[in-house]
Amino acid sequence: MSTSMRGPDPIPPTSGVDHPVGSYQEVADSPEFEALRRTFRRFVFPMSALFLAWYLLFVLLSIYATDFMGTKVIGNIHLGLIIGLLQFLSTFIITTVYARWADRKFDPAAAELARRVHLTGDAR
Amino acid sequence: MSPELLAAEDIGEPAVNILIFAAFVVVTLVIVLRVSRRKAGASEFYAGGRNFTGPQNGVALAGDYLSAASFLGIAGAIALYGYDGFLYSIGFLVAWLVALLLVAELLRNTGRFTMADVLSFRLAQRPVRAAAGLSTLIVTFFYLLAQMAGAGGLVALLLGVDSKTGQGFVIAIVGVLMIAYVLIGGMRGTTWVQIIKAALLIIGAAVMVVWVLAKYGFNISDLLGASVDKAGKTGPQLLDPGAQYGKSSLTKLDFLSLGLALVLGTAGLPHVLMRFYTVPSAKEARRSVIWAIWLIGIFYLFTLILGFGAGALVGPKAIAAAPGKANSAAPLLAFELGGTVLLGLIAAVAFATILAVVAGLTITASASFAHDVYNNVIKRGEVTSEGEVRVARVTAVVIGIIAIIGGILANGQNIAFLVALAFAIAASANLPTIVFSLFWRRFNTRGALFSIYGGLLSCLVLIAFSPVVSGKPANPATGKSPSMFTDPSVDFHWFGLDNPGIVTIPLSFLLAIIGTLSSRDRSTAEKAAEMEVRSLTGAGAEQAVAAH
Repeated sequence: MSTSMRGPDPIPPTSGVDHPVGSYQEVADSPEFEALRRTFRRFVFPMSALFLAWYLLFVLLSIYATDFMGTKVIGNIHLGLIIGLLQFLSTFIITTVYARWADRKFDPAAAELARRVHLTGDAR
Repeated sequence: MSPELLAAEDIGEPAVNILIFAAFVVVTLVIVLRVSRRKAGASEFYAGGRNFTGPQNGVALAGDYLSAASFLGIAGAIALYGYDGFLYSIGFLVAWLVALLLVAELLRNTGRFTMADVLSFRLAQRPVRAAAGLSTLIVTFFYLLAQMAGAGGLVALLLGVDSKTGQGFVIAIVGVLMIAYVLIGGMRGTTWVQIIKAALLIIGAAVMVVWVLAKYGFNISDLLGASVDKAGKTGPQLLDPGAQYGKSSLTKLDFLSLGLALVLGTAGLPHVLMRFYTVPSAKEARRSVIWAIWLIGIFYLFTLILGFGAGALVGPKAIAAAPGKANSAAPLLAFELGGTVLLGLIAAVAFATILAVVAGLTITASASFAHDVYNNVIKRGEVTSEGEVRVARVTAVVIGIIAIIGGILANGQNIAFLVALAFAIAASANLPTIVFSLFWRRFNTRGALFSIYGGLLSCLVLIAFSPVVSGKPANPATGKSPSMFTDPSVDFHWFGLDNPGIVTIPLSFLLAIIGTLSSRDRSTAEKAAEMEVRSLTGAGAEQAVAAH
């Protein structure tokens, strides 16, 4: 329960979670936490840059390269439709890749850290 | 009967539509009554006890997100403008990756009930909470208005209610039902309504998709060809981008602006963020976003087929002539395919959609008012959980009444613009502060206030002086301007774009940086450390309420 979060807390704690004051600072400064933070950011930042750039490219192509997007591929299916559908595909792929990475790499690391520094609570 | 004739009259059997919709209302009300807890504390009323599973919340997220604007609006835009309508759905979908990668889990780990919980976590409580509460209320209000205004047009088409008074009456019924759901069921009941509605919507759309495809031998190229032929002279441009936004360099820039607002707005929508608190842990929050992405993605692929199907089978002319204009594409297609019964089902689903989304928005706004503004800003956190919920219930009634009045006044307004506006404000006023407070240690109170107020104000000012409000060239057929002020002689616009995102989003990110660096305030290191550790490890996160 977040009794340290903002002064008087009107709601009684629903679970027996407590933590010694000041412990968060120690954890935050520890090399283990630094490593966890780096693992997380090294995955989500490049991935976010990638999908945002790919989406922006698609929007710009749709606005300024209409001839290119209008290239006929099969029958009435044009390149623009295929690139649009690829946006769906890439979204599904990134979602799946992230889910696997989080389940296999990140969650165990976060749980391990929480265990080693004796942080109680829902440590994923 | 030809589609042209159909559109001029009421389609289907209003009695059937009303009957199916009434059945939905009765069933969902019974469920809401059964699941609701009589003595609801804050965790129960705002977060449904945090007991929903990831998949359940994922379906509910899809239900919240697939509003009338995205179901009816996108199918209609594809039917009328082809490819340009499809662009909307891509922005709406890709936006979920921002929520998945950067926001959902960290937010679940650090907040309790509202978006402002996270924004004010390590900054000065009262000013930041007041700012975040205000932007929550404004975004939610525009979103709410769009849904209520959409209800009016739908009523005209589906129930054969043509008079403004009659439509106003139906809008009032929608509002009263929504208040009932929220008061009786709280977040738990509202979530179940969303789940049922999302399931009906996706199944209904799937049936229509298979039906349309079967008519064209499951050959998509043939379907596209048929919609081009049906459209006549303007047909060929349906397959390529540009039909709606390619007119001038200004409209092109407008689309870029809209595209930015769509992709960055979702992760700043308070009613989406609040859903992450209904699950027991960050892992379940992650699962719920994954479910939502799959469901929403598949649904938007459906709307592509439905839109071109409506274009091919009903035709853009008949759709544009129908009472609800673009919004009537999907219902008209349903009638063309399955007659009165399918139309009745799709109509009921469309109403259920409006009802459920409006209930979700109401609970978000009332939670933010009671928890952020009333308890933490005005009463400095001294109100009990029960007292807060009492205020939230009263707020829900007040918001319901405001929504009814606003919906009646906004009846006939362009709902797509209201939704796009909500996204632009969410992306400008909320997202920079969410991202910086989660990822930038140095970020401080002044940065947050600059960004929230700067984003809000710049959006509202640019919208007020945009062509959306005044000064669009008059339609030669009617002599009326498509702007909010339909009188073409009223023209005070000086900002050229319909959507302000391209200016306001970079501006509010910049303001956050300037505000932060110009203040020596460094937010307490201890709080920053706590937020960082909690957000990543889940230590100290809010627990689910034990089932009872």
